[in-house]
Amino acid sequence: MIYYDKVSKVYPDKTVALDDVSFGIEPKEFVTIVGHSGAGKTTLMKMLIAEEWPTDGAVFFESTNIHKLSKKEMSKLRRRIGMVFQDYRLIPTKTVYENIAFAMEAIGRNDAEVASDVPHVLELVDLGHKIWNFPRELSGGERQRVAIARAIVTQPDIIIADEPTGNLDPVNTYEIIRILQKINELGRTVLLTTHNKGVVDTIGGRVITMERGKIVKDDRSGRYIL
Amino acid sequence: MVFTTLKRITRTGFVNFWRNGFLSFAAIVVITLSLCSFGAIIFTSAFGRTLLADVKDKVDINVYFTLSAPESDILALQSDLNSLPEVASTTYVSRDDALAAFTARWQDNALIMQGLQEVGDNPFPASINIKAKDPGRYGDIAAYLTNKNPTDASGTPIIEKVNYQENKLIIDRLSRIIPTVEQAGTVIALLLVIVAVIVVWNTIRLIIFTAKDEIAVMKLVGASNIYVRGPLVVSGIMYGLVSAAITLVLMAAFAYWSDTLLLRLAGVQVAADFGLLVNVLSDYFRANFAEIFVIIVGAGVVLGGVSSYIAARRYLKV
Repeated sequence: MIYYDKVSKVYPDKTVALDDVSFGIEPKEFVTIVGHSGAGKTTLMKMLIAEEWPTDGAVFFESTNIHKLSKKEMSKLRRRIGMVFQDYRLIPTKTVYENIAFAMEAIGRNDAEVASDVPHVLELVDLGHKIWNFPRELSGGERQRVAIARAIVTQPDIIIADEPTGNLDPVNTYEIIRILQKINELGRTVLLTTHNKGVVDTIGGRVITMERGKIVKDDRSGRYIL
Repeated sequence: MVFTTLKRITRTGFVNFWRNGFLSFAAIVVITLSLCSFGAIIFTSAFGRTLLADVKDKVDINVYFTLSAPESDILALQSDLNSLPEVASTTYVSRDDALAAFTARWQDNALIMQGLQEVGDNPFPASINIKAKDPGRYGDIAAYLTNKNPTDASGTPIIEKVNYQENKLIIDRLSRIIPTVEQAGTVIALLLVIVAVIVVWNTIRLIIFTAKDEIAVMKLVGASNIYVRGPLVVSGIMYGLVSAAITLVLMAAFAYWSDTLLLRLAGVQVAADFGLLVNVLSDYFRANFAEIFVIIVGAGVVLGGVSSYIAARRYLKV
């Protein structure tokens, strides 16, 4: 489904973010990418949505080179990828409903679908009672659940969660991981980055360990070796 | 689908305009100030044009005829003058008209009236007052009269005097000053417009800058450029429309207030003597409201909308 082919990323200041990284992800997999800060996890994620461009190598989504897509094709690809960020990236001037509805409207869903699916997905993340609140009125855990709701409402093929628990307490962390697992059980591919050993132990499954831009371990037994 | 997209873009633009209260307020203040400078240009130009037209109107030359000049020859000359392309209008003042005007003016002055009676016969010559289309053409008209040198049936010249030389100094000066004033006005107006556009552009750019993270998020969830940019442009147009409405109200208030102020400062009689200053702006505002409306609203919409459209471009590259 996704394949990183000898991907390297060197920033203009010579910082090496990724160094000859190659690996593939199959449909319906739950892949956790672990590593210390600066290991290259986020850069790896950003490559998949063309927020970053490789200096060498290529990233393929269903055998399409992502970085050779036109802007229009890129917009369409992004609609198949749900993104969850550590800092939530909710739009502060929109209510919870509008933040999620926007993602549906952006891909051309009609008003009836928006009106039925948004409350439904909010119930899934247990936020049905906060539908008309603004992000500033929510806790960190609630904001992250809204971000997950926004990522899954369009029923994307893959969910990318970049340090989604980085700003959360243990209770909310567990809650978010539980939701991501549930999404995976429903048949979606999930790509998660974290440096939280507890999270990795909870999830199990495939764990890719990164260090200084390189993959040092690709373990399918759910072990965090650093 | 297109209708739904437009509806959503418009709705989001309106909602953003309302919810970004402080930013919208700041944008409206800046655009209103800029549009006010446009308004100032319009008013200054209208006032200046009226003033120049009045000054031009006050400049003329008079041809005085000999006391024996036959009226038919004078009227023939007037007809010739009217056919000249340089001439805007001519007014014939007969000897009787001149005497009547003099009498009407000095009828309360016994000394003057007594002197007039002592003279006996009508001492006033007939004359033709000539107004040129352009003050710079009076020299040509005077030259025409000199060259033509009309005579009566007996061959005696009928023109006693043309007062061009007496007025020449002021006519020459006005001929130089008027185009200079018009050019300077155009340059100042252009500079003001440029400053206004730069200020508005930077303000809108700052507002879009504050929304750059939102723009990035929208792009990352797969929104097309039009979906991201559309609401920003709608908000920009809203800034422009609200600013234009405020500016038009301010312009109307200024037009009427300035007239009242002039009357108060100058006194009704004095202001009436200088008729050009009375009601210039309010009359102009009323007479040209449609044009002013289009200019101010158009400028507001273009400033707000186009600035937003261009300013959003750099953040769409996500």
